[in-house]
Amino acid sequence: MCGIVGLYLKNPALEPQLGKLFEPMLEAMTDRGPDSAGFAIYGDEVADGWVKLTLQAASDDYDFKALVGALEGKLAASLDWFQNASAIVLKIKAEEAAVRSALAELAPDVRIMSAGKSIEILKGMGLPKEISERFGLGSMKGSHIIGHTRMATESAVTMEGSHPFSTGADLCLVHNGSLSNHFRLRQELRREGIQFDTENDTEVAAGYLAWRLQQGDSLKTALDSSLEALDGFFTFAIGTRNGFAVIRDPIACKPAILAETDDYVAMASEYQALSSLPGIEKAKVWEPVPATMYIWERESAQGART
Amino acid sequence: MKTFDLGNTTVRDLNQALHDQAKTLEEREWLVTHPDGAHNLAVGVNEAVSVDIQGHAGYYCAGMNQKASITVHGNVGVGCAENMMSGYVRVKGSASQAAGATAHGGLLVIEGDAGARCGISMKGIDIVVGGSIGHMSCFMGQAGRLVVCGDAGDALGDSLYETKIFVKGKVESLGSDCIEKEMRPEHIEELQALLNKAGFNEKASDFKRYGSARQLYNFKVDNACAY
Repeated sequence: MCGIVGLYLKNPALEPQLGKLFEPMLEAMTDRGPDSAGFAIYGDEVADGWVKLTLQAASDDYDFKALVGALEGKLAASLDWFQNASAIVLKIKAEEAAVRSALAELAPDVRIMSAGKSIEILKGMGLPKEISERFGLGSMKGSHIIGHTRMATESAVTMEGSHPFSTGADLCLVHNGSLSNHFRLRQELRREGIQFDTENDTEVAAGYLAWRLQQGDSLKTALDSSLEALDGFFTFAIGTRNGFAVIRDPIACKPAILAETDDYVAMASEYQALSSLPGIEKAKVWEPVPATMYIWERESAQGART
Repeated sequence: MKTFDLGNTTVRDLNQALHDQAKTLEEREWLVTHPDGAHNLAVGVNEAVSVDIQGHAGYYCAGMNQKASITVHGNVGVGCAENMMSGYVRVKGSASQAAGATAHGGLLVIEGDAGARCGISMKGIDIVVGGSIGHMSCFMGQAGRLVVCGDAGDALGDSLYETKIFVKGKVESLGSDCIEKEMRPEHIEELQALLNKAGFNEKASDFKRYGSARQLYNFKVDNACAY
């Protein structure tokens, strides 16, 4: 089953309330996904030359301070960081590849959840309410956010198998459905140099998009080709540094609903998750058409029909 | 009129109250407020009551309805009026997938659009859609009528039995064994009566009729050797 939700703010004045608006949306999807939950939030961009990473350890008492100290020594780079439960957000003036290889050496058991300029991914096992409380979602700020509540089918209920997945800078994807050709596609993408951390089917979809974007595709072109390359049932909500997109497979077995006002675009598996949003009774509410891409990007808004 | 506020009661309470009072019928008019997309609203009602739902409803709204008249002042999720036996369901907004699925009787009116698989395996219901419908609508439709004032998506009427389909706009593609048929005077008369009953100001002669070519639904004895 699984539930997916997304909220993209068109009105910057609402940015301080992003977490507060999104928290009830995530929790409304508990019935669709009680096993684990997570979200990718965009905002608080780092300057040119800096990279932002979200790192997660297996337990809350992991000594991140020592790790960051060692990293600082090894890379001799300016950095800034803060801890949030079992995760930290690390901003560092260095190349992403250099940070990744230093982390692989210093702390191979610490997982890199996301990397980019803007994205932070926080996720874990438990009810959506527990996850949002654990990470203090309600007080978070940002421009857009996508989230997932998981009812596991393809792989085990673990922190690693929790969604969302990110396999490219500032790119994140949440998925309701299942892919049938993920095994083969993962092998092909590995040959193209895309790294995968799990055996999860959704990570392959994220990897596919990351690969297409690396090849120079626009988000629209990448999503177009994903309709051909991915075999299975899916509704995706996708976040990029400055954009938000929704797409469903041509058969469209998996539900999706969109709502738009002058202030925001919101997406959910079911309308229930949208009912807490301000002004929803006056919003334009519609079901996205199968095999059709809906994209919103900063400075422009468009629903592009393929 | 009895008002049920789902902001402070449960769907189970609502449905139980609708079932309980159906025996005595002391209250024929019901108003449901703050539905907020809840699933299974007014399901299995089996008396001639009137229910107004003020807002958007979730999945299976008015499912298995008999005799009742149910109006949703908003959109509905998957499976609205699925397996309806009789009565009347009106959706002021749009419907998601599988509206009127497997339904045996009654009238379902959707003022907006309906998603994919509208009227799938319908068995006698009349469905009138003011807007357009999605793909695979009326798949294996057995009886009843599906009327679409807008356009129809891919594979309309695939593996159709005896459901009559009328579409005013464009049909993206017809499904297996579904063909366009002549609109004879009796069809125009029949459709006009249905459009009037559903409250649509449309001219029946603007519609095209589609039905089964009847090549698929009987087993051909010539094919027996294949098994």
